[in-house]
Amino acid sequence: MEKFIKLKSIPAHIPLMNIDTDMIIPKQFLKTIKRTGLGKSLFYEMRYDESGKLIDKFILNNDPYSKSKILLAGKNFGCGSSREHAPWALLDFGIRCVISPSFADIFFNNCFNNGILPIIIDEKSIQELSEYSKRKEEIEVDLNEQVILYGNKKMTFDIEPAKKKRLLEGLDNIGLSLKKIPNIEKFENSMSKTKPWI
Amino acid sequence: MSKTLYDKIWDDHLVHKDNDGTALLYVDRHLVHEVTSPQAFEGLRIQGRKVRKPKLTLAVPDHNVPTTDRSKGISDKQSKIQVDTLRNNCKEFGINLFDVNDKRQGIVHIIGPEQGFTQPGTVIVCGDSHTATHGAFGSLAFGIGTSEVEHVLATQTLIQKKSKNFRVNVNGSLPAGVTSKDVILKIIGTIGTAGGTGYVIEFAGEVIRNLSVEQRMTICNMTIEAGARAGLIAPDDKTIEYFKDRPMSPKGENWTKAVAHWKKLFSDSDAKFDKEVNIDAKDIEPLVTWGTSPQDVCPITGEVPDPEKEKDKDRRTAMYRSLEYMGLKPKMKISDIKVDKIFIGSCTNGRIEDLRLAAKLLKGKKIASDVSAMVVPGSGLVKKQAEEEGIDKVFKNAGFEWREPGCSMCLGMNEDQLSSKERCASTSNRNFEGRQGRGGRTHLVSPGMAVAAAIKGYLSDVREIN
Repeated sequence: MEKFIKLKSIPAHIPLMNIDTDMIIPKQFLKTIKRTGLGKSLFYEMRYDESGKLIDKFILNNDPYSKSKILLAGKNFGCGSSREHAPWALLDFGIRCVISPSFADIFFNNCFNNGILPIIIDEKSIQELSEYSKRKEEIEVDLNEQVILYGNKKMTFDIEPAKKKRLLEGLDNIGLSLKKIPNIEKFENSMSKTKPWI
Repeated sequence: MSKTLYDKIWDDHLVHKDNDGTALLYVDRHLVHEVTSPQAFEGLRIQGRKVRKPKLTLAVPDHNVPTTDRSKGISDKQSKIQVDTLRNNCKEFGINLFDVNDKRQGIVHIIGPEQGFTQPGTVIVCGDSHTATHGAFGSLAFGIGTSEVEHVLATQTLIQKKSKNFRVNVNGSLPAGVTSKDVILKIIGTIGTAGGTGYVIEFAGEVIRNLSVEQRMTICNMTIEAGARAGLIAPDDKTIEYFKDRPMSPKGENWTKAVAHWKKLFSDSDAKFDKEVNIDAKDIEPLVTWGTSPQDVCPITGEVPDPEKEKDKDRRTAMYRSLEYMGLKPKMKISDIKVDKIFIGSCTNGRIEDLRLAAKLLKGKKIASDVSAMVVPGSGLVKKQAEEEGIDKVFKNAGFEWREPGCSMCLGMNEDQLSSKERCASTSNRNFEGRQGRGGRTHLVSPGMAVAAAIKGYLSDVREIN
């Protein structure tokens, strides 16, 4: 997994609440057996009309937002299905940081398994950053310092220490958990006595 | 110290806990389907890792399978590749698979309990958000992403942070025509689609106790629509009775031991909940959704809401967007909404009791001439049971199509989809934009309400049927 340390980009703002995973990547693209190649289908139904033509007014279809690495969105981003295709599509498009007042639980976890940083800040702060999106000015996310730098100002954000460490170091969760095999074995041995039906 | 049901199951599965509260949780049961697993198995292969406990995983293709005759295989190339990939992966890693033409094949959340693979007090995961369904049996069950599927396959554990405790009490008794689908829609409408975020919700109260286990599954199934990690209902005698003699249920001495354990699975009377909501059953009517979020609920006797009356600006914007997508005007009567399609099925409402209820209302009647309707049983065994009871004939005689089991039009990954602007009364769980097909308009309803809509051709009150 690619490390996440700092990220600088003109943010793209999609000011909608409840952006669900069906919106992020519709079902017809879940038939893949790969993790890559989903970027072109990100937000498919908002980006393309029924004949497959790009919809001009959709923000990610316009420069410089078509190269945005940071997405600003309304609350409850990523609700719905558990499909990891949603973060895969964002990542493949080039988005490595999503900033929203709140995230759905499964999507939030999926981000950290793909080197994407989901940042939770309040609505007012989103509006402030949105001005930079409109003005096509870059903002910078510094994970180590837990700050977003914009213009000559900065705002801080919270993140769980374990999740921060994983992103900063690009750690493989499975590798880390496999180091705890002795704990797992001990648990299984005890369970085979207390709950033999499992 | 007193504990909630969630606390008890959590503590019982804690393999390791870091200083910051990050826990390694043991997974007793893992369900796998064709859509969210290929990349996980591929990851194992790339790293040269094995499946730690193949026997604790059960696989079934459900999302992508056609619901028409499939004896000649799957014609959609990509779907076929995914289903073939699942088969090959199960073979390579030694995982039990109910393949497409196995009579036990069906929606993953229906076959788990049906086989007794699901059990009270276990931790159950699956790469599907509706894994919450299994919480109806007092198991801690939740959906995970594909990276986590890979993690479970390799370690039989998951890295988790504990959620907070939330209890929803549904008190009183349900009025006529109101079912567990209406109860969960009411709950989501009350707390909102993010109302449960950060929590595990335990459903309690007289109404929940009086529901059958299958009806409870409908409630827990849609807990994810309220944003919660999982939904839970304490097991009781009905739960124990349900599992007796299921193919994968504990047997003999193990059954006695298991039952003794299951009987301890309840929240202590003085357990502390971080949040609690009370709902009075008498306030619940048969409901429908009018918008593109499961929280957009309205009684069948009501009107489409007017966004102008909404104070929150973002919510108002979302409401206008929903109304435009749904092709509805504020203040129009819900019962004036004409439907084109009816879908009865899904992990929310595709079980035998759902089909029985629908068939009872439908018996001797016909669907409206300009409506097309389909029933997709939740599993091969549900289908078989229904056919033995003559339920298939009731549906077919009324004008419904009687299909093969799978997820079908709930998410429209196979051919079962809505066309643009087509309107559907659906017993599924999500009314998101494009969920059942690009431009398709979904109204979530109970099976009884789906039958009412099928007969009248409009969203209709189930209490007016018969």
